[in-house]
Amino acid sequence: MIMCAESSMREAYGKTLVELGKENKDIIVLDADLSQSTQTFMFAKEFPKRFFDCGIAEQNMMGIAAGLAASGKTVFASTFAVFASSRCFDQVRWSIAQPHRNVKIVATHAGVTVGEDGASHQSIEDLALMCALPGFTVIVPADAIETSQAVRAAATDCGPYYIRLPRPKSAVLYGDNYQFVMGKAVTMRDGKDATIIATGLMVERALQAAEELIKGGLDARVLNIHTLKPLDGKAIIKAARETGAILTVEEHLRQGGLGSRVAQIVAEYCPVPMTLMGIKDSYSLSGKPDELLAIHGLTASNIAEKAIGLVYKKFKSHPDSKK
Amino acid sequence: MLLIKEMQDKAKLLRRHIIKMIAEANSGHPGGSLSAVDIITVLYFHVLHHDPKNPLWPDRDRFILSKGHAAPALYAALAEAGYFPIEELLTFRKTNSRMQGHCDVMATPGVETSSGPLGQGLSFGIGCALAARLDNQKYYTYVLLGDGECDEGQVWEAAMSAAHYKLDNIIAIIDRNGIQLDGRTCDIMNTEPLDEKWRAFGWHVIIVDGHDIYKLELAFDEAKMIKGKPVMIIANTVKGKGVSFMENKAEFHGKPPTKEQAAQALKELE
Repeated sequence: MIMCAESSMREAYGKTLVELGKENKDIIVLDADLSQSTQTFMFAKEFPKRFFDCGIAEQNMMGIAAGLAASGKTVFASTFAVFASSRCFDQVRWSIAQPHRNVKIVATHAGVTVGEDGASHQSIEDLALMCALPGFTVIVPADAIETSQAVRAAATDCGPYYIRLPRPKSAVLYGDNYQFVMGKAVTMRDGKDATIIATGLMVERALQAAEELIKGGLDARVLNIHTLKPLDGKAIIKAARETGAILTVEEHLRQGGLGSRVAQIVAEYCPVPMTLMGIKDSYSLSGKPDELLAIHGLTASNIAEKAIGLVYKKFKSHPDSKK
Repeated sequence: MLLIKEMQDKAKLLRRHIIKMIAEANSGHPGGSLSAVDIITVLYFHVLHHDPKNPLWPDRDRFILSKGHAAPALYAALAEAGYFPIEELLTFRKTNSRMQGHCDVMATPGVETSSGPLGQGLSFGIGCALAARLDNQKYYTYVLLGDGECDEGQVWEAAMSAAHYKLDNIIAIIDRNGIQLDGRTCDIMNTEPLDEKWRAFGWHVIIVDGHDIYKLELAFDEAKMIKGKPVMIIANTVKGKGVSFMENKAEFHGKPPTKEQAAQALKELE
């Protein structure tokens, strides 16, 4: 595991857009007055004619994106996750999702780790909203290398994508030889006692939790589900069968995101004890990202603690334990 | 190209289709379809460069029906233009029909985008117009809105941006029939003075009688001469136009005629 270096997923996005712009003249980028934050300014500087700043008008931006896509363009549209999802949900639903337009919504500053800006700017419902849209592909990368590859994969696939990126820098989890495959979960660490399924910034913390757990003799598998939709049902069922317990961790409400979606698969195909970690049904606060994650019980030690409880539940629910 | 008299006959024929479709479906929006039909007739049989045998021809002019509830008027025009058989019009709103209650780009040949939730069409049209400019394509993008639809905030976001981008290859039309579902627009949510608003947003505005075929043709000719800014044609219309008991009646915004009413309407449209 390489976890010494840090890098920015947003910066990786900005740089990848520039590379894509050089390779494909039909790539168009839109932003809603946040290009410095989303990092689309790099593309704007390099290709000013193919960049449109739509101002603080996200609904209009999504419609323009749809019209460009209908005219043969591959369109990237960026703003903060809280605006990209809930602010213009109707426009995304009827101008992009239903006609299956080739629009890639890359939303930054997602989750509570946007931090000090406070609850108004913390998108904690976006995955529930975007996963609800038929035909959308929803991706939450875990590091900068995965971000770059996910953005490339989106650019070469035809159809609507939602890619969710955080504000803070994060650990580099992958080497240069990593190969992102859309819709395919990555086994970050094998294990037999339980499976921790994480997405986005939580993958790093899940790996740290697994290191803590092994010291106490508990061998946890860690799956990175970067693609929430379409979900890698096979990997989830395999994990349920082989480890008998599933813990999900996400920087999002407990409802409607990763945990809910994994639970749907587990309940339907291979019921095993589960624990869903995420934000409980409430809005958050202003604060430092790590302090907020601690308030919501989303640190590595919180994950380790829940994993121990879950394994206990697994053995208690086993038929042999009742004899 | 059709003579004015032939165009008027075509518009009357489309009105007959609209009544038959909505009566057969026993649901739909007659009022706003009948107010928009002369505009749509002029577009499909005079203004638009299009090829019904090749709906996705890259050089085609785009027509976007932003007020998607007027779908019967568009479907009737598409069928008469040859996009699909005229008999198929009577499947409107029925299960497995290619014609949903509101426009569906995935279902109907010739429909440019899905609409229904109001306020979205102009933004989509701006995307089409920007793409044309990027690719040096000569096609025009036409977007038809309702005056009630102008309540939607997104319309004004789009109005601002089309002028900002100096798009002179987009021509929008407002079907100003003065009535929305709940009553007169001046009572429910006053959008007037529409002309001053669009001018203030940086558009060239043309006001025209939306039921006068000849004047509509002239308005589109004028619109295409304007350079450096988008054009809004405000077409003054009558909701339910052509059917005496539907004219200026809010109740026929989304209510189908009874069998007897449909028969009477068709008699008036002979």
